[in-house]
Amino acid sequence: MSSYLEANARQRIHQLLDAGSFEEFLPPSARIVSPHLAQLDTPASFDDGVVIGSGRLIGKSVLAASQEGGFMGGAVGEVHGAKLVGLLKRAVIDQVDAVILLLETGGVRLHEANAGLIAVSEVMRAVLDTRAANIPVIVLVGGANGCFGGMGIVACCANAILMSEEARLAMSGPEVIETTHGVEEFDSRDRALVWRTTGGKHRYLLGDCDAVLPDDINAFRKAAAETMARYQQNSAVLTLDELEAEHAMLSKRLRDFGKLGEPMDIWTRLGIAEPASLPMLEADAFTQQTAGFRAGER
Amino acid sequence: MKWQTLASTLFPDGHDIVEKDNFLRGTAQVGGQTIAIIGTTGHTSIGVEIALAQAEAILATMRDFPARPLVILVDTQGQRLRHRDEMLGINRYMAHLGKCIDLARRHGHRVIGLVYDQALSGGFITSGLMADACYALPDAEIRVMGLPAMARITKVPEERLIDLAKSNPVFAPGAENYLNMGGLEAIWHEDLASCVALALQTSVSADLRSQRGMERGGRKMAYPVAQAVLGVNHVSKT
Repeated sequence: MSSYLEANARQRIHQLLDAGSFEEFLPPSARIVSPHLAQLDTPASFDDGVVIGSGRLIGKSVLAASQEGGFMGGAVGEVHGAKLVGLLKRAVIDQVDAVILLLETGGVRLHEANAGLIAVSEVMRAVLDTRAANIPVIVLVGGANGCFGGMGIVACCANAILMSEEARLAMSGPEVIETTHGVEEFDSRDRALVWRTTGGKHRYLLGDCDAVLPDDINAFRKAAAETMARYQQNSAVLTLDELEAEHAMLSKRLRDFGKLGEPMDIWTRLGIAEPASLPMLEADAFTQQTAGFRAGER
Repeated sequence: MKWQTLASTLFPDGHDIVEKDNFLRGTAQVGGQTIAIIGTTGHTSIGVEIALAQAEAILATMRDFPARPLVILVDTQGQRLRHRDEMLGINRYMAHLGKCIDLARRHGHRVIGLVYDQALSGGFITSGLMADACYALPDAEIRVMGLPAMARITKVPEERLIDLAKSNPVFAPGAENYLNMGGLEAIWHEDLASCVALALQTSVSADLRSQRGMERGGRKMAYPVAQAVLGVNHVSKT
């Protein structure tokens, strides 16, 4: 076991891909840093918080990016975003077998707010350009900072999302919601509630992620490879039929669960016998116990 | 500007836009052509319902009126900040809306965005910023956050931020800053009807925003960095 959560961005990407295969683009030695942080007396990072490059996954040619949660929470600034956009564009030119995005981010970097917002939008369009070229984009979420803000939207533009049980995927952070509407609306210190609401298990049950994995880089590697293999046969292109199906699913979700106030009530409504037991289950046991009960499966 | 005033100014040849729960939907006549209109008003926050309603309107346009141009009218205070929306997966709903706009473009619909009042964060990223090109009225308030909130988060005094914002468009709100950074294609000052007609004629499907940001000097690194990634001489080890 090698913890995904505890590894840094570079360790994750090296261990995820075939041993020795990763070659970094614009590495820290190139010193391409944010042009904005110095003005705010904020330390810069020589990779602007994201590691990008090429490598192999089970022998297949991939491009990959890994956000560093330890630098400004993995937030997206001008350079950080441009590295992701460049990587996604390059995937189309190089016709790789997949793009793997290891996302750990709070979304837009507030220190360069306007540039970050435009950059996230450019990443979103670049992900969809890559898919339109029939190259699958696979998102991995397993870092301590989760995947939030605009990048939580970007993740849902990919072909697949793989999460650990510790991972979180959402839009606004609980602290932001609590600050805006009070602790009664969302108690950000209630860890269990935060995880029930934004965690990998809830997202899996709703159908917003494709797998819940143990906190192990090798488990992510295996799942990413299996997901990539599916797209050797299936098209990665987003179609109108797929969007119509997503629309029907999201409409049904709103009808079925829109009046509920607690994630566990959703799990009960899905027909799960002992919903209170789910948060304590290991990833594999969780997947077994909920088989056939995810939204849309019955 | 009230949406009714905006609509009659933009579309003097007629429109049938109606508002329901801050969601705008209808059609308009531009240069003898029927255009589909969607949008929001009342600075509404974007929750799961209104994201879904906008997506529904775009999907219906794609189904029933292939290649009909689409104009998105933007006025939002951003994503709705509620536990319920997060529980239901608001990021998936917003991504769904963004994907609908993107697919409409790929299916030959020209898509124009117009910020006529407010545009904030998540509400903007899956509406105007997904269009072929986004425009704004001069008084539009476009931002992630205001300088006071930014001062709290960055621990940089607000006076200093105000000073920095004079020379660097990255910090402060405002349409002009988004124009300089390439996030907006242009600001419409007068004769809005001609502006929208011209925008529909000249829209391109490629994302040119980082190039615009470099040309205009407001975002100098995005384009060269992305190009550098494309230009890396990668020699495969296998």
